[in-house]
Amino acid sequence: MAATKIHAIYTDDDLLMQAVKQTRAANYHISEVFTPFPVHGLDHAVGLAPTRIAITSFLYGLVGLSVAVLMMNYIMIQDWPQNIGGKPSFTFYQNMPAFIPIMFELTVFFAGHLMVITFYMRSKLWPFKKAENPDLRTTDDHFLMEVDADNHDVEMLTKFLYDTGASEISLIENEQDH
Amino acid sequence: MSSHYEAPIREPLVLGEKSYHDISVDVGAPVLGKANKSWWIVFTIALIAFLWGLGCIIYTVSTGIGVWGLNKTIGWAWDITNFVWWVGIGHAGTLISAVLLLFRQKWRMAVNRSAEAMTIFAVVQAGLFPIIHMGRPWLAYWVLPIPNQFGSLWVNFNSPLLWDVFAISTYLSISLVFWWTGLLPDFAMIRDRTTSPFQKKIYGILSFGWSGRVKDWQRFEEVSLVLAGLATPLVLSVHTIVSFDFATSVVPGWHSTIFPPYFVAGAIFSGFAMVQTLLIIMRKVSNLESYITILHIEYMNKVILLTGGIVTVAYLTEYFIGWYSGVPYENYTYLSFGAATGPYWWAFWALIICNLIVPLSLWVKSLRRNIMWTFFVALVINIGMWFERFDIIVVDLSKDRLTSSWTMFQPTFVDIGTFIGTIGFFFVLFLLYARTFPVIAQAEVKTILKSSGESFKKLRAEHGDDHSHVQTVEEYPADAGPSANVEDKDFDSSFNASDENFENNEVDFEAHRGKIDNLLSGIGTFDPSNQTQDDLKKISGVGPVMEQKLHQLGIFTFEQVSRMTDREYDLLDEIISEFPGRAKRDDWAGQALMLKNKN
Repeated sequence: MAATKIHAIYTDDDLLMQAVKQTRAANYHISEVFTPFPVHGLDHAVGLAPTRIAITSFLYGLVGLSVAVLMMNYIMIQDWPQNIGGKPSFTFYQNMPAFIPIMFELTVFFAGHLMVITFYMRSKLWPFKKAENPDLRTTDDHFLMEVDADNHDVEMLTKFLYDTGASEISLIENEQDH
Repeated sequence: MSSHYEAPIREPLVLGEKSYHDISVDVGAPVLGKANKSWWIVFTIALIAFLWGLGCIIYTVSTGIGVWGLNKTIGWAWDITNFVWWVGIGHAGTLISAVLLLFRQKWRMAVNRSAEAMTIFAVVQAGLFPIIHMGRPWLAYWVLPIPNQFGSLWVNFNSPLLWDVFAISTYLSISLVFWWTGLLPDFAMIRDRTTSPFQKKIYGILSFGWSGRVKDWQRFEEVSLVLAGLATPLVLSVHTIVSFDFATSVVPGWHSTIFPPYFVAGAIFSGFAMVQTLLIIMRKVSNLESYITILHIEYMNKVILLTGGIVTVAYLTEYFIGWYSGVPYENYTYLSFGAATGPYWWAFWALIICNLIVPLSLWVKSLRRNIMWTFFVALVINIGMWFERFDIIVVDLSKDRLTSSWTMFQPTFVDIGTFIGTIGFFFVLFLLYARTFPVIAQAEVKTILKSSGESFKKLRAEHGDDHSHVQTVEEYPADAGPSANVEDKDFDSSFNASDENFENNEVDFEAHRGKIDNLLSGIGTFDPSNQTQDDLKKISGVGPVMEQKLHQLGIFTFEQVSRMTDREYDLLDEIISEFPGRAKRDDWAGQALMLKNKN
């Protein structure tokens, strides 16, 4: 099956926002938008669900805190308790004030790094990953909207996109393997 | 559109008539261009200093810590002074990128990239000192809680020195990923702008294949926000924990409960001074005055004033408590009458003059906005903050509780050489960064262009707040072929032609006859019988309309364009008046030369 897409290029973010709203209102499906910078409100206009990456960060932070507590308890209380500067080492609870810096640092360490790794994995970003922006200018000052053209009259869709202010429109046919 | 509204009373943050493309060009220029002579001179000096320091470090490690000037009273001196100084400097970057992001301060966007780079490079220098101080740096991994051959002998988690290990390594690594994540879209911009295959490859790897999908941007913004939320308490915790190294001891002058907040304020104070020092030079060398404006410098001076004020209050408190406690030992701490008149009087007064008195001049608005004065004050603060740490460590230790062991500290050439070496290393890293990294977060600056750009503010002032902000871009083809990764895909569309009015695109020959002849005499004429015409649209900045005009003037080849100099650019601007300065700004001659050589 050939997936037919239309790439419409805009030269302004306000124009793109307007075009995205009009395209959605006309019941065309926007499959992707490439922009050179974060356009405020675009994710909402395209109809994307909010990202859950902040929630993962919170969970990773809890993991980091737990690791710190378990590590401190094992190392300083269970395995080899020592009298260091008179700081009580009989129970974790009594010695805990001295462990707060470590607990905090490990919480931040886990929450920050694991969230960024999750982001890179989910957005498929890593060294030697090939860039997938279809036009080089979309990292500079052009904005590209990709619209599904399957089951639509290409001529009409092209005319419609032209009327939304697109400066370049091209038809992309991808042979997809199954 | 009203969504770009910003109070007119706010000064613009991006000066001049900038378009999105102009921002890419200006930020990409230092990376894509060649280094000038002054860069090489400064780099060579920094490299020599670095190598000298490396020699001192090797000498220290191979001979022993005895080569330093430490004695049995003063067991910490320049090493820890330098360590705290560098860590402190490393506080401005994360403050700018994290705290100012949470406060939604738009001015951070022009300075955060370099401030974060400075942070990372400064923390690298800081980390060197404790590692060298270990004496056997190859055993540095002993600070990690790993099971070992001595039974289960663990590191001491009650010790602030071990908290330091965790705090600083967390800080360094989190700052690094924060910085790198922000760099991805900007590396992608360089990747897509460069014409050199080598740079394309390198920046392709560095950009992690960033494509700028709307979902990526959504996650990117969320990740930045959460990282800022995590980094804000982190940056406060780091210098708090550094101050615990002193505050949890019982040495007079160190045993002080105000150390944590006072150290954090002092760290930000010195960090901003270093940012000013570096950016005032960089904005000039890299032609970024439109982005790092006087306003940015003034804002940073205000932060310096605030944190400097906090530090001043802390100094006065320490001095007062030293006297008020009535404890004789307290009269010899670094902020006391004994210190001001004792053998270290010069270090005491250096601290007072550099950190208290000179920065007060920034209350005067004209001095706060004076670049030369700001640079001078920043240097003075850098020196003053070094003395603060020197005073806390050396002056406090020099007169301890046992009068018979009172002594002074004399640095050796190794102490001095190691310090100079870290300054050299820092500048080596920063200079390399300034040549290879996009030094301004251009993707972020583009988001504020319409609200805070000078030309857009003028537009709203003249035509009202509801005036359209839609910018039209002069078409130019993608640099390296039609598409990032799909071969032979072209974006030519039948709508272009009607869009751009080819019919009326005539150059007024009669009026410019003399200038055209003058222009062609400089760059040579085109002879269709033995030359072939080049596709001038490949030059970024030349669209179909511009190409047509160039053809009318008799310019058909890259060779002709590559011969253009300032004189020809000016002539061209006079003949074709629509895009003044464009040819020079985009460096058509340089681009044409590269394209010509490729053919």
